[in-house]
Amino acid sequence: MRLAQHMAVASERVRATAIEATEFPELSRAYQVMGVPKVVINDRVQFEGAVPEQDFLGAVLQAVGPA
Amino acid sequence: MNAMAILTERDRAAVRKEFEKLTGPVKLVVFSQELVAGDLCRQNEQLVRDVATLSDKLTVEVLNPAIDRERAEPYRVDQVPAIAVGGARAYGIRFYGIPSGYEFSNLIDSIIVASTGEPALSEETKASLQALAEDVDIKVFSTPT
Repeated sequence: MRLAQHMAVASERVRATAIEATEFPELSRAYQVMGVPKVVINDRVQFEGAVPEQDFLGAVLQAVGPA
Repeated sequence: MNAMAILTERDRAAVRKEFEKLTGPVKLVVFSQELVAGDLCRQNEQLVRDVATLSDKLTVEVLNPAIDRERAEPYRVDQVPAIAVGGARAYGIRFYGIPSGYEFSNLIDSIIVASTGEPALSEETKASLQALAEDVDIKVFSTPT
């Protein structure tokens, strides 16, 4: 969440939501959360675990790129 | 859990120290709905009020998304309990569920970055993000540690 929230401050385009998985089991099921942290970007790109800033940015750019 | 103070004195001292970095005002908008999740919403609201006492740069607004529809709408929050963190603009930073453990640290960190408006990201990352032509929605699922 740390990188995501800094990205939200860096750009008006970015919205970051931290979701406490055990409090929202339906959302967690809908997004097939098995391990945490799990990151889902634009419901299109997802990954598990902490990643370096460059990889996180790569996932963001992939999520807005052509399908 | 003590109903009056969720944070320990040690937590409060640590957060107060972190809040020395605050430069601009931050609004914490709490989304509560008694009928949906009363206990969790009360605990969440108490936690935010507790945090807000630790700096005079912080203000708290509590909204019930079912009642305060117009005021809640711009935040696009569809779960309770939730917190939205805003600074110079309504940064799209939201926490669904009570932020505890690592997420509590993230809440404090988000307040600081919303206050300073200076994200700790490389120049390359900031340039890429500022060039985005589409909206980006990032969800980060975690569990309390």
